[in-house]
Amino acid sequence: MQVPAPFEYERATSVDHAIGLLERLGGSARLVAGGHSLLPMMKLRLANFEYLIDINDLRDELGYLDVRTDEIRIGALTRHRELLESDELAAAFPIFRDAEKVIADPVVRNWGTLGGSLCQADPSEDLSAVCTTLDGRCVIRGQSGERVVPMTEFHRGPYETAVGDDEILIEIRFPVRPRGGSAFEKVERRAGDWAVVSAGAAVWLLDDGRIADARVGLAAVGPNTTALPEISAALTGREPSEELYDEAGRLAAQGCRPESDMRGSEEYKRHLAGELTKRALRRSVERARERG
Amino acid sequence: MTTVGDRKPAGFEDNDQHPVGHGRMLRKEDPRFVRGRGNYVDDVQLPGMLHLAILRAPVAHARLVSIDTTAAEAHPKVKAVVTGATLETLNLAWMPTLSNDVQAVLVTDKVRFQGQEVAFVVAEDRYAARDALELIDVEYDVLDPVIDVRRALEDAAPVIRDDLEGKTDNHCFDWETGDAAATEAVFAKADVVVSQDIVYPRVHPAPMETCGAVADFDPVEGRLTLWSTTQAPHAHRTLYAIVAGLPEHKIRVISPDIGGGFGNKVPIYPGYVCAVVGSIVTGKPVKWMEDRSENLVSTGFARDYVMRGEIAATRDGRILGIRTHVLADHGAFNGTAAPVKYPAGFFGVFTGSYDLEAAYCHMTAVYTNKAPGGVAYACSFRITEAVYLVERIVDCLAAELAMDPVELRLKNFIKPEQFPYTTKTGWVYDSGNYEPTMRKAMDLAGYEDLRREQAEKRARGELMGIGVSFFTEAVGAGPRKHMDILGLGMADGCELRVHPTGKAVVRLSVQSQGQGHETTFAQIVGEELGIPPADVDVVHGDTDNTPFGLGTYGSRSTPVSGGAAALVARKVRDKARIVASGMLEVSADDLVWDKGSFHVAGDPSTAVTIQDIAMRAHGAGDLPEGYEGALEAQITYNPPNLTYPHGAYICVVDVDPGTAQVKVRRFVAVDDCGTRINPMIIEGQIHGGLTDGVGMALMEIVAFDEDGNCLGGSLMDYLLPTAMEVPDWETGFTVTPSPHHPIGAKGVGESATVGSPPAIVNAVVDALAPFGVRHADMPLTPSRVWDAMRGQARPPI
Ligand SMILES: Cc1cc2nc3c(=O)[nH]c(=O)nc-3n(C[C@H](O)[C@H](O)[C@H](O)COP(=O)(O)OP(=O)(O)OC[C@H]3O[C@@H](n4cnc5c(N)ncnc54)[C@H](O)[C@@H]3O)c2cc1C
Repeated sequence: MQVPAPFEYERATSVDHAIGLLERLGGSARLVAGGHSLLPMMKLRLANFEYLIDINDLRDELGYLDVRTDEIRIGALTRHRELLESDELAAAFPIFRDAEKVIADPVVRNWGTLGGSLCQADPSEDLSAVCTTLDGRCVIRGQSGERVVPMTEFHRGPYETAVGDDEILIEIRFPVRPRGGSAFEKVERRAGDWAVVSAGAAVWLLDDGRIADARVGLAAVGPNTTALPEISAALTGREPSEELYDEAGRLAAQGCRPESDMRGSEEYKRHLAGELTKRALRRSVERARERG
Repeated sequence: MTTVGDRKPAGFEDNDQHPVGHGRMLRKEDPRFVRGRGNYVDDVQLPGMLHLAILRAPVAHARLVSIDTTAAEAHPKVKAVVTGATLETLNLAWMPTLSNDVQAVLVTDKVRFQGQEVAFVVAEDRYAARDALELIDVEYDVLDPVIDVRRALEDAAPVIRDDLEGKTDNHCFDWETGDAAATEAVFAKADVVVSQDIVYPRVHPAPMETCGAVADFDPVEGRLTLWSTTQAPHAHRTLYAIVAGLPEHKIRVISPDIGGGFGNKVPIYPGYVCAVVGSIVTGKPVKWMEDRSENLVSTGFARDYVMRGEIAATRDGRILGIRTHVLADHGAFNGTAAPVKYPAGFFGVFTGSYDLEAAYCHMTAVYTNKAPGGVAYACSFRITEAVYLVERIVDCLAAELAMDPVELRLKNFIKPEQFPYTTKTGWVYDSGNYEPTMRKAMDLAGYEDLRREQAEKRARGELMGIGVSFFTEAVGAGPRKHMDILGLGMADGCELRVHPTGKAVVRLSVQSQGQGHETTFAQIVGEELGIPPADVDVVHGDTDNTPFGLGTYGSRSTPVSGGAAALVARKVRDKARIVASGMLEVSADDLVWDKGSFHVAGDPSTAVTIQDIAMRAHGAGDLPEGYEGALEAQITYNPPNLTYPHGAYICVVDVDPGTAQVKVRRFVAVDDCGTRINPMIIEGQIHGGLTDGVGMALMEIVAFDEDGNCLGGSLMDYLLPTAMEVPDWETGFTVTPSPHHPIGAKGVGESATVGSPPAIVNAVVDALAPFGVRHADMPLTPSRVWDAMRGQARPPI
């Protein structure tokens, strides 16, 4: 059994209470949501925090899935499992269910949260790629109120985010646009392992079948989730085709910055970025067409 | 005699039987495991017990400059801090390994691998002990490490084992087997010679339960009780007596329920010795349980053989000889757990299942700055490496000859009439009938249809592979004339006592780590005495309550202790015959045994059962002249030879051409382990071993960076397979009994771990044949398969 260094623990009774505690305790404190990233790091003593503020009682304030016609809002404390099981979410954004099927294992998914995943900011984290693909906007609250940060600005480096020491990520908002389709592709060495590379794609079609907008988000190929505006630019206004997916794949392979490690060589990861981008786009277009 | 059986669906009803003796039945030990009532070392709680944690070296090679323990000692919950210097004063800083080398219990002079034991703390609780480690201040003078095994013998390589007198290099040992000249001659006359570099990377058994111990030294009685995760309690006790100088009768080693061993729990680790020292210095019971990372970085690894295989054949596919050169990485200390005359374990069976004219192996073993170990992970003493080598090189030959790999094997099998067969490296295979086993696997797999399907898929650009392996194992070490561990002969004792009411207790020297001994051995005794296995209690894992023997590893329990159990039951049966002759007032020769009872020849109505006899043997009435009473016996069984199970495995994989991911679609395993005691348990052993094989073939490796940092120190980094990576196993069997084993049984615990990796790798290589691939080393991760597809296959180390 791996045991962490001593720490103090308090259960927050409200978001404001949690923010108050954070403000008082500063950088020596951490929020604990599902705990599936934080606690392993503490048990391995890669990270030691003096205080843990548990936000798991804040389900009313932070654990929800609010699906509207033009926007979906997901509370930061929503669990992986809820994201996996929501039919409404899968109908609007099938990319979520694709991704959640291959994130970790049921034990981790029962506890791990959307907010914890984004705030952990692990370069191989899958939901960040999903949220980037869907153009998510992060609502962050602190003593002085709320601010909204787009996903593209949320990650500041590996394990670093726009959320300040005394702030909480509250929810993520996603615009819902017509004739959309999305998909997620991941290569892992084994079920439950982190991605060698994963890729999300979303497309929105015009009435004539051409691409109104398309977005791609990659994980595990750079210090942060990689959004690829060049791909969006290259696809917009074009007729979906295998050649077009190839072109997008090439851009993805060129645009990413993978490193060799035990999961795979840099070259292979670059290849995968291309291959998975193609696959995700192909499926996204199929799905957008099915929805008509 | 060979019978060919059909695969029974492993349905639950099918298992829920109540045989008297051999047969399919649920495991007697499982209710306590599934209800959480097992009793593992970490469940042991003693009054006043303290907790021990070990400080481990952060670097692979460094001179120890100084250790300051002042702050740790000042921690309010700390009871003792012990360093190598303390142990030196007790003459306990070094201990012998199972290969006649020495290993540091705690570093005194130099760190020799990352994760090596440097100091330990004993504290009131586990948390405080761990916290106090951070208060120990150690200064290291970091040295260049030796990590690349191929460079370990270079002149410029730093000498790791300067503790050994006169040591000026990193050479560990050289070993050879077979006939070099005869092999050279067959290679010279061969039409075809194929050679291939093959690496079996370092892997780790990673048992679910990590290693640990609770030591309780009673200073008044001078008695040590040690609960520990050991596969060999008796051998450990003797070694503790020798190392610690404690009298052997004052040491009791208890190995309670063990959560998986796979060879990882054969050695004596520094942690066990630390726990003993901790209890002696504090006068309290002390518990040490290593955590997952400690288990992965410091305890017995497996494999790590860099091999060159060569095979010589005629143009029409007659294999003439096999030759191999091996570079073996033994880590910082030679901690290999193998019979002493076999420094390379049983690697000598690399000649496989084939009738050769000549064979030769030369091996050089070296020290590197990595954790010690070398025989573990269900390898049957290195047969895993041997079988992988021969089954890979035979496939390379098949590719060279453009011959079907099954056809090539069938053509070269040792024929049934050649058994007992002496191999060119001197192993005497007891029995075998290979072709029916191979054909059975082909039938179950639908081999011809698979090849047709593959041809169609290839035409469409899809990558499907079919891999075959055929293995012969050598298990059940072993005849004491040849085999011992540090001088302890590898024979095993067994005691059987039948209580007055006919229930029985059998005491074993071997120790289950999940193999189902409490069921299998009850069935062996039940079969011989004709009583239900439910009536036979199996006692094991406690040196005070069981006879001496060497323990469970190398698939030796059934071949050795299984023989002992059958023979001791027969001895009891012979005694029962004497008692029955008195009861029935006839000569013992006139009695007929009818599984569970004796009757007078020709008159079954006179039957007296074992239960009747047991009561009489303990009762008040007269017993035959010279019979003292009770119904019990004891035996030590010294096996005349090893047993040689065999099997044919066929694996079907699909490789995604875009991502290079390998999916094991089907796996057919036909095993022949001689007499089958409990087919359900055998299937369980096979399923587990095949899963191991998927892990090794596709994902497992303990890698190091150039500084000697272990890159497999957690289960996020050291991947083990899950149910998602394995197919629905398709198992079958043939039965070729061992001619010398009392019930004809052979070992089976490691067959699947040994046999499956080559089948999977052969399948992947077959899938990649359109790219001209002839070999790719494990682990076949997507990235490495992609390299192979582009003609850039690389060794993993
Ligand atoms: C075995 C295993 C396998 C895994 N596999 C995958 C995988 O394949 N793909 C993948 O993407 N992930 C994987 N993960 C990671 C998993 O998804 C994350 O651990 C988890 O979901 C993070 O969420 P959490 O709620 O557990 O975060 P916690 O561990 O509770 O917190 C993580 C960090 O976020 C901070 N935090 C949490 N909530 C907030 C908030 N609302 N506001 C501000 N800061 C906050 C915490 O302070 C902490 O620093 C795996 C984890 C494990 C243990």
